[in-house]
Amino acid sequence: MKSLAAKPTLTPVLTPTQLIWLMASLGLALATHVLNLPIWVTIASAFFGAWRFAAIKNPRLMPNRWLLVLLSVLMGLGLLLTTGQFGRDASLSLLVLMTALKLLETKKLRDYMLTLMLGYFLVGNLFLFNQSMATFGLSIPPLILLTATLINISLKTPQSFVFIAKLAAKLLLQSVPVMLILFVLFPRIPGPLWGIPQDAFSGMTGLGDSLQFGNISQLTQNSSIAFRVQFQGTTPANKQLYWRGPVLWHQDGRQWLSPSQNIGLAPETLTTQGAPIRYTITLEPHNRLWLLMLDMPSIIPPEAKLSHDYSVLASAPVRTRIRYSGESFTTYKLGETLNERERILSLQITEGENPRTIQLGQSLQHLSPQEKINAALTMFRQQPFIYTLKPPIAGENPVDDFLFNTKKGFCEHYAASFVYLMRAAGLPARIVTGYQGGELNPNGNYLIVRQSDAHAWAEVWLQGEGWVRVDPTAAVSPERVEQGIGDALRDSDALPLMSRHDFPLLKKALLNWDSINNGWNQWVLGYDDKKQLEFLSKLSGKNLKESDLVFWMMGAIVLVMLATSYFLFKQSKPKLNAAQQLYTQYLRKLKPLNLVPNSNEGAHDFALRVTAQLPQQEHAIMAIAEHFNALQYSQNTNNGALEALTKLIKNFNPK
Amino acid sequence: MQISTHASTTHAIVKAASQVILGKEQQIKLSLACLLAGGHLLIEDLPGMGKTTLAHTLAQVLGLGFRRAQFTSDLLPADIIGVSIYDRAISAFQFHAGPIFTNVLLADEINRATPKAQSALLEAMEEQQITVDGATHPLPKPFFVIATQNPKHHIGTFPLPESQLDRFLMRISLGYPDAESERALLKNQGGRGTNPQAVCNAETLQQLQQAALSVHVSDQLLDYLQALIQYTRMQLATGLSPRAGLGLRQCAQAWAMLEGRDFVIPEDVQAVFASVVGHRLQTQDSNIAKLILDHVAIP
Repeated sequence: MKSLAAKPTLTPVLTPTQLIWLMASLGLALATHVLNLPIWVTIASAFFGAWRFAAIKNPRLMPNRWLLVLLSVLMGLGLLLTTGQFGRDASLSLLVLMTALKLLETKKLRDYMLTLMLGYFLVGNLFLFNQSMATFGLSIPPLILLTATLINISLKTPQSFVFIAKLAAKLLLQSVPVMLILFVLFPRIPGPLWGIPQDAFSGMTGLGDSLQFGNISQLTQNSSIAFRVQFQGTTPANKQLYWRGPVLWHQDGRQWLSPSQNIGLAPETLTTQGAPIRYTITLEPHNRLWLLMLDMPSIIPPEAKLSHDYSVLASAPVRTRIRYSGESFTTYKLGETLNERERILSLQITEGENPRTIQLGQSLQHLSPQEKINAALTMFRQQPFIYTLKPPIAGENPVDDFLFNTKKGFCEHYAASFVYLMRAAGLPARIVTGYQGGELNPNGNYLIVRQSDAHAWAEVWLQGEGWVRVDPTAAVSPERVEQGIGDALRDSDALPLMSRHDFPLLKKALLNWDSINNGWNQWVLGYDDKKQLEFLSKLSGKNLKESDLVFWMMGAIVLVMLATSYFLFKQSKPKLNAAQQLYTQYLRKLKPLNLVPNSNEGAHDFALRVTAQLPQQEHAIMAIAEHFNALQYSQNTNNGALEALTKLIKNFNPK
Repeated sequence: MQISTHASTTHAIVKAASQVILGKEQQIKLSLACLLAGGHLLIEDLPGMGKTTLAHTLAQVLGLGFRRAQFTSDLLPADIIGVSIYDRAISAFQFHAGPIFTNVLLADEINRATPKAQSALLEAMEEQQITVDGATHPLPKPFFVIATQNPKHHIGTFPLPESQLDRFLMRISLGYPDAESERALLKNQGGRGTNPQAVCNAETLQQLQQAALSVHVSDQLLDYLQALIQYTRMQLATGLSPRAGLGLRQCAQAWAMLEGRDFVIPEDVQAVFASVVGHRLQTQDSNIAKLILDHVAIP
């Protein structure tokens, strides 16, 4: 056996082709990460790859150990200098650089395999950045190429690229059933599986907790989705769709701020009228506390908090896509009584600024509250105010500048100036920020609200009516509230594509794509512990516990394995022909006597062995072997032989 | 002719040869199978084991012409093939045929000759003809080379390279006789002294060769052959060549005929396997053929 075992099973020395396979697959894995890496990391990695490529032809170019150590230290220093925080981004850069350096010391099969596995890990890292369907699609080509590389190095005889790539794709496809079972049944733990470093959320966009001239119009350039809403029943009209976010009370120079949470105000009272509107929101992560809800929320998600001014807050910054249901009324009375503290807070303005506005406000002070509001709105309507995304930069007294000078502004200019003016006129007022409107996706019948729908409006307090919403933007540009921002700003400003109306076909395609994405979010990414139990309970018709899941998962995996082994077993065992079936019967008769043929023992040799033990039956035994061999191996088999064999075996009795 | 007629002929051949080479029926049958399959035979054994006697006896029993060439280190190709000599009488070169022009050539101690002489012989084995001075001379039919070599003593030898070993269809060794045969031999029965009767002739032998080729090989058996060949390719540094596979099939066919069957069964393959395969697998393990047979199941 020695010489049989001595043959190594894998090629010990790496061939140039094998190395090129490895480099190609690592290169592809790296390419999928380019946007997640500092540019110098990509360049350095590509350089190391090129170095290794050159070293294929000229092995003397391979760096020695000390040079490698030096390079590693240099790369580490580079990372330390260019990335401040050692979080997700820096870790990925480190992984990429070390993989590229590992390539420079890959000489043996062991290194090769290790580097290849690093490639798989690199692909897995894609999902730390984004879990969208596009990312999933992006991860497929490098996975196929890596698997193909793995296949290529295990092959004994070279095969064409197409053959190997097909085999790799087939292998990945074969893993789908097990993947699905694990996906559906593997017990989910509530919350994310591991703690992702802080820097992973820095790029998220959304409403801020303060308002400054210009920061909402900036947000409007962003067509990414803020949240999606599914209504139970009919979707309300566009002008009713005010999605309430943070409420800003405090004016401080140029900016408006939300009061800190422990301000100690009692919740405002809410009385509602009419039918409630029920809906479910899927909120994209924005790294803040706001849970946006339709004005005015009456039932909020169980894990959320309601602030005194009816903003809904999560208990922790929203860093993963979440789904919640709520109920709101569009006809309501909020905060019918105003206590002294609230009055002071809602009349506060910084002294010594915007003198012309304060002067105008004071001139309105003798009017009734409703008249004050009308006066301001009439001013917006009658004077040449323009609604634009690109307002001029405000001067030292921004409200004065806007109201009396430039008269060009976006919703935040109108809302902030209006509230400022009302406060100057002695009417309690505050700014509400959030989103207005949204776009109905006919495929799937849900509403898409984008960052470009961000909006700011005002609430003023009227005796007997409480906080009443006044949207000064509507006075200037009614289309903004009636139809949406795309109509309000048709040609004048550069809006993101998704908010425009110029390309209906493209837009339709993009809406279709979004409804697919929405399904992905709901069913793949949103498949959390609760949904899992809910889904499986529905499927089984029983109330399942988490411990049941493990049982189900094990069961399903065992089932798949049994099915696979049955299939393999069936494949490996060819169908027996008539003679073989008869011969098997004969062997069964001999089995009790411990007479079993070896796998390499032919019928004739076996017959000789049996005869030695059963000499008195020699004739029958030899005849059986002869007939069987004739049936199996000779050219002219007639049915007579089969019958003769049947008869012989039927009559054969070893005892 | 029916297979039974062939079987009685071959049986008579084996019986006649067994009276000279005592107790070596298996080796005689193997040699005969090799000749029936149209291949050349390499006998590897120590001196005095009866290598030459076996070759001589086979030629005699088969009724074939027999020549012997003793290979030495100063042997020249011309010593085997023949040489053209100028004849004054006809004023031209006249080809004088060498010992190779016969049915059975015994190339004794083939590994003592230089590679040049060896290759001259091996060329003739492959082509069944020789070319001297531009003139082609076909060799008599049938033409067999039975070569012998001494495996143990290597001083002053030129071992046959693998490529040339592959030209020999079979390699067998005789081994010591059993006690009974030894006794008979010592009593002066059998051995060189006996002069066996020819029970065959060149023409009949060619018919037998034709008949061996028509022994049926079923698909099932081809599966087994392929499994064996594939196993050597998977497990060893160098596996069996297609030529070796063909040889294996031909030998199994010849063996089936010796057994009186007109179809091949796995046992036939197993019987000839070690002799056909042993010298082609480059391994030091003399037991390799048995190991392979043990590991490959009959489909």
